[in-house]
Amino acid sequence: MFFINGIGLISPQKTSETKEFLKEVIEYHADYLTCIEPVYRTYIDPIAARRMSRLIKMGIASARMSVAEAGLEMPDAIITGTGLGSVEDTEKILAEITKEEHFLNPTPFIQSTYNTISSQIAINLKCLNYNTTYVHRTFSFESGLIDGMLQIEEGTASDVLIGAIDQMTLNHLKITRRIGLWKMQPVNNLQLMDEDSPGALAGEGSAFFVIGAKPVPSTYCRLTDAGVWINLNGSLKINKAVEEFLGNNGLTPGDIDIVMLGNNGDSNYDFLYANLADQLFPGTAQAWYKHLCGEYHTATGFGLWAAANILKHQSYPEILHLNEIQPSRKKNILIYNQYRNVNHSMTLVQSC
Amino acid sequence: MPQRIFITGYGIISCIGRNIGEIYSAMHEGRSGLGRLNRIDSALRNEFPVGEVPFTNEQLFSLAGIEHREGYSRNALLGLIAAKEAFKHGGLDRHPGMKTGLISATTVGGMDQCEYFYEDFLNNDSKNAYIDSYDCADSTEKIAKELGITDFVTTISTACSSAANAIMLGARMIRAGKLHRALTGGCESLTRFHLNGFNALKILDKEPCKPFDQHRAGINLGEGAAYLVLESEESILKTGNVPLGELAGWGNSCEAYHQTASSPDGIGAYLAMKKAIEMSGLMPENIDYINAHGTGTDNNDLSEGRAIEKLFGDKIPKVSSTKPFTGHTTSAAGSTEAILSILCLQHQVIWPNLNFREQISELSFSPVEKMITNIPVNAVMSNSFGFGGNDTSLIFKKVILNINNKLTN
Amino acid sequence: MEELIEKLKKEVIEQLNLEDLSPDDINPDSPLFGEGLGLDSIDALELIVLLEKNYGIKIEDPKDGKKIFFSIRSMAEYITENKK
Repeated sequence: MFFINGIGLISPQKTSETKEFLKEVIEYHADYLTCIEPVYRTYIDPIAARRMSRLIKMGIASARMSVAEAGLEMPDAIITGTGLGSVEDTEKILAEITKEEHFLNPTPFIQSTYNTISSQIAINLKCLNYNTTYVHRTFSFESGLIDGMLQIEEGTASDVLIGAIDQMTLNHLKITRRIGLWKMQPVNNLQLMDEDSPGALAGEGSAFFVIGAKPVPSTYCRLTDAGVWINLNGSLKINKAVEEFLGNNGLTPGDIDIVMLGNNGDSNYDFLYANLADQLFPGTAQAWYKHLCGEYHTATGFGLWAAANILKHQSYPEILHLNEIQPSRKKNILIYNQYRNVNHSMTLVQSC
Repeated sequence: MPQRIFITGYGIISCIGRNIGEIYSAMHEGRSGLGRLNRIDSALRNEFPVGEVPFTNEQLFSLAGIEHREGYSRNALLGLIAAKEAFKHGGLDRHPGMKTGLISATTVGGMDQCEYFYEDFLNNDSKNAYIDSYDCADSTEKIAKELGITDFVTTISTACSSAANAIMLGARMIRAGKLHRALTGGCESLTRFHLNGFNALKILDKEPCKPFDQHRAGINLGEGAAYLVLESEESILKTGNVPLGELAGWGNSCEAYHQTASSPDGIGAYLAMKKAIEMSGLMPENIDYINAHGTGTDNNDLSEGRAIEKLFGDKIPKVSSTKPFTGHTTSAAGSTEAILSILCLQHQVIWPNLNFREQISELSFSPVEKMITNIPVNAVMSNSFGFGGNDTSLIFKKVILNINNKLTN
Repeated sequence: MEELIEKLKKEVIEQLNLEDLSPDDINPDSPLFGEGLGLDSIDALELIVLLEKNYGIKIEDPKDGKKIFFSIRSMAEYITENKK
């Protein structure tokens, strides 16, 4: 069994400042949602921080928060999922080499490598154990969960630190708007569902989780399973994958109390969530969260944080409600996400 | 007993050849692929030798057996060529009911195209077809789609140890019963992006690299791709594939020392190698050959050398770095060198460490200078170490087959 | 020389992102690396880029950096001697 024993989340909501569960919600009217960052001095020595870009600092700080909450001294593995790594540094290099190739600074190159987040967390925690980084779009975080659970099953680890981290920049938004990923103008995040236009609202975040083989006083819930599916053509295949995934864990769609969907306001793809909800979960409470954190490759990290908090606090804040149904109990939550109808992922969490 | 993991197919492209046969011949003839950079318009092209795959992108399309399409990076093409060879060799198109995954590795992703189109990306719509190739997942998804792999697909990036970690995950997923077979490896194309990055770190050699030499002066970057088909014993009973070698152990450790440099005593390398040996059930003296990471930098070779000394004491196996043949293919290095290691098991040879002249004064050993043939090679260790201290070590064992090409116990 | 030293202090603070330091905090004669400011090998590479970019001075072997970047003063002296 796997337990979520600690979480650190830096997001566009006040998640790193308070442990209160969405009591206050931040409203934005923006092109993309940016994180509310903590004071890093608490987590990172300023001399070490001088070379770290924003994403690296976010990663280390949220990793430290999760480890502290779990009361963990040293993780047995550090695994990071990031779709794009430090885009900001990659852009610096591209801008530089487009002009001239001779004066490139080493720092952006180091910070742009995807594995630097995991390895700088290891340096910060002085952790010599297993360390790896998954970089597959919206599979990045779930690949990390799969690896981490395997580590525990293999008996090589009892506590693993697993992260979901990505950032957005203005240039990256501009570039990826060209391929229809995002809304073309600023929108109000809390009215995202009324937009009915193509493209999602972009966002960012860094969520780190301590997954342990045993529960501790800070435990949120059980992490039961996670999986990824590629190129499932059509709703029937998606439904089948969901049913199989639940079946492997001894459940049916009817056992799910809340299905947490990845709706992001993109009229081109949100119908996939609607189809799944209508066909498999018509009588189930349906939740969403991307209006709070925006869409990014590892946004399911925010989703998992929300699900874990629902189970821990046995509270289901209204801001997450996607339909009117109130769950009769809060025991089993399924998180389902898709990206452009190519990448599908699921995570199942259950109360202890 | 955990399932044994076997390699039943492989495919490779690098500066020394476009398939297994060509690679083996080049290695056997001692032919290095290092030379001048021709296919990238870089200010550094005359400064540093590289291991460039000697084909244009157009030629790579035809080697990959697909028509020219917009949105394909050189990285994806290299990946596809090697992955296809391994896919065919391992017969992954047969037995469709078996769960088959693709775990690929890359670090610079499709930057080979994006670095040319970045201004267009920012200013106009002319190169939109290439925007998706910006990230690491793009080459993996193109390979998965082309080969029809759907059961499990992911991408790993741990800099220069990426492909070794991909192989390791594939093996672990098979052991856990989540997959029957896995196509694992990595690809990397040369780019101005990382040529300049490595140059900014001042670790590129202006001459052909000299790993483990007292006067070593850095890395020569290379490009290529290599993939291995992994299968469990149970799977082999169904597929009837002939195992080429056994993946007997793996170990991953992080140095937690510095953002780029290896620790002076090579603690990460030591721990990765130690974990791999312990898992394989072998004793250090059973390792016949170490295909070292051996990049040719001051820092790596000394640190790796010290870690080898610490683990093997006075019984240091034969050691060589094959990077003077292939260049340092970064995210493809782990799988490229895994294949070169398996070739040693199959052909009972040990590859030489080209360009070596003088032993590192701080170390007690020298690498192998000339190819050794007709030598018993039963176990090979392949090291892959990355920036940030992401160190992984793999151990391959020779497989004993009976007269019907079946495994003996 | 003193003018160059003051200029260099500012440039070093900017290039190495030493946000918490002001030029007055840096003694031109104390070591930049090790126990001094606590800089490391990547900072040394950043300083190589600084010399190349701002003063047109190329350092080929990073090992030479040890002497040149010993202190702000040694940097200033090297620049004065080598500036084209």
